[in-house]
Amino acid sequence: MIKVEGLRKSFGRQPVLRDLDLEVATGSITVIIGRSGGGKSVFLKHLIGLLRPDAGRVLVDGVEITHLTGRALDGIRRRYGVVFQGGALFDSMSCADNVAFPLREKLRMPTDEIAKRVEAALGQVGLEGVGAKFPAEISGGMRKRVAIARALVTEPEIIFFDEPTTGLDPVLVNTIHHLILDLHRRFRFTALMVSHEIPEIFEIADTVAMLHEGRIVEVGPPAAIQASANRVVRQFIRGEPDNSEGH
Amino acid sequence: MADRSLSPALRPFDAVGGWTISAVDSLGRFGTFFVEALIAIATPPFKVRAFVDRINYIGYRSLLIILLTGAFTGMVLGLQVYLTLVRFGSEAFLGPAVALSLIRELGPVLAALMVTGRAGSALTAEIGIMRITEQIDALTVMALNPMRYLVAPSILAGLVTFPLMTAIFDVVGIFGGYLVGVELLGLSPGTYFGEMQTFVDMKDIMTGFWKSVSFGVVVTWVCTYKGFNVGHGAEGVARATTQAVVLSSVLILVWDYFMGSILP
Ligand SMILES: Nc1ncnc2c1ncn2[C@@H]1O[C@H](COP(=O)(O)OP(=O)(O)OP(=O)(O)O)[C@@H](O)[C@H]1O
Ligand SMILES: [Mg+2]
Repeated sequence: MIKVEGLRKSFGRQPVLRDLDLEVATGSITVIIGRSGGGKSVFLKHLIGLLRPDAGRVLVDGVEITHLTGRALDGIRRRYGVVFQGGALFDSMSCADNVAFPLREKLRMPTDEIAKRVEAALGQVGLEGVGAKFPAEISGGMRKRVAIARALVTEPEIIFFDEPTTGLDPVLVNTIHHLILDLHRRFRFTALMVSHEIPEIFEIADTVAMLHEGRIVEVGPPAAIQASANRVVRQFIRGEPDNSEGH
Repeated sequence: MADRSLSPALRPFDAVGGWTISAVDSLGRFGTFFVEALIAIATPPFKVRAFVDRINYIGYRSLLIILLTGAFTGMVLGLQVYLTLVRFGSEAFLGPAVALSLIRELGPVLAALMVTGRAGSALTAEIGIMRITEQIDALTVMALNPMRYLVAPSILAGLVTFPLMTAIFDVVGIFGGYLVGVELLGLSPGTYFGEMQTFVDMKDIMTGFWKSVSFGVVVTWVCTYKGFNVGHGAEGVARATTQAVVLSSVLILVWDYFMGSILP
């Protein structure tokens, strides 16, 4: 279980996270929704140990990771898979090498096994035969899918997705969601996903959490969120234009 | 950051203090970065592939510019030194004069400056782009140390390639001097190389060697550090690249003076 308690983070004078609490049950798919610029990526970066909070704690299976460094933190990270918002593919390597990289360097698999896994992983995201291309030679949506393949190929226990489907066409959005659901049925990983795909995420999430002004303002099963009485949540999931603030 | 409640008379002191603290702070980070790189170099596993790739990147791809600048430096030296020596009737010493200035000073310094401009800037830009596109973060969350994959191979490659580039620069430069002194100005080839052998010692060669080794470390250290700690966006990468080249060049010259005064 991932447990977040009272997380706070400011950049200079701009508070981004103010007293954020969240629990993510082991083996569940939790989706975080919220306005662009609301701090969702910043929140994820605290969970993977790339940012340190000003206050608060992040516990992964009871281990507080906010003060861990070096090997101890790497021990936690070995269980992770991360899909960055921008993909973060290594642009000096071909797509196949990108997917192969964690297998070779992190899991130290034999070469023939790697080749098989990479082929399968690229196939799952609909990218057969793209392996030899470099990230700069494929489209943005294809890059995103290579990034998903790279995160899933190691079969991690906990996967963080930062907007895995933004920029994909509707068919691909469903393909990726089904892929995630399918793999989830097989490996029972814990998934924490930031997504703007409303209403599709209500089909795949076990829990939906709404991040607003640095706090989780509502959390619950999809049905409860869809029926929420909270004005902010309702406004967000219906995509109503914002009249109260002058953005 | 200047505090608004501070009285105007105290503000200059506040600024100086703030500047000093940030200077010491960044020096500290610069040093820590090097120590982390050394730890990554000293502990297995050793990333052979990345190392070979960096040798290609820093060394092989700088070869052309080294050949060109080496040849012309030698030719200029040959001409100018000849014109000076001929006034004293001692043009026989052209060989050792060209060889000594190249081997002790110009070879290591100019080769290092050229490689900095050619490969050091590219190194900073490459690592800087990896930083802003979260590729370094991606390595980190795979529990793979970016120091081991990016920085350690670059510093090791600098250690190996700078002396090699310097050696090539020296040799090409000596032949450039030969071209001018012997082929154009009519000195005998026996005199050019014969006197060179008499006057150039192993310790001269070692001076040049140690200089080039240390330049290799300094340049790759500065360039990887600047790339690693890049600011935001394309502008941040551009600024980091400029800073890396300027700082490397200044450090090469300062360190050259220092080495010149402690080495025999
Ligand atoms: N490294 C940083 N330094 C300073 N400010 C930052 C940094 N990272 C994020 N911020 C600020 O934090 C806020 C939240 O950013 P974040 O990237 O988390 O938004 P987000 O919710 O992921 O938005 P989106 O849905 O558009 O991806 C933004 O206002 C941003 O300017
Ligand atoms: Mg984001």
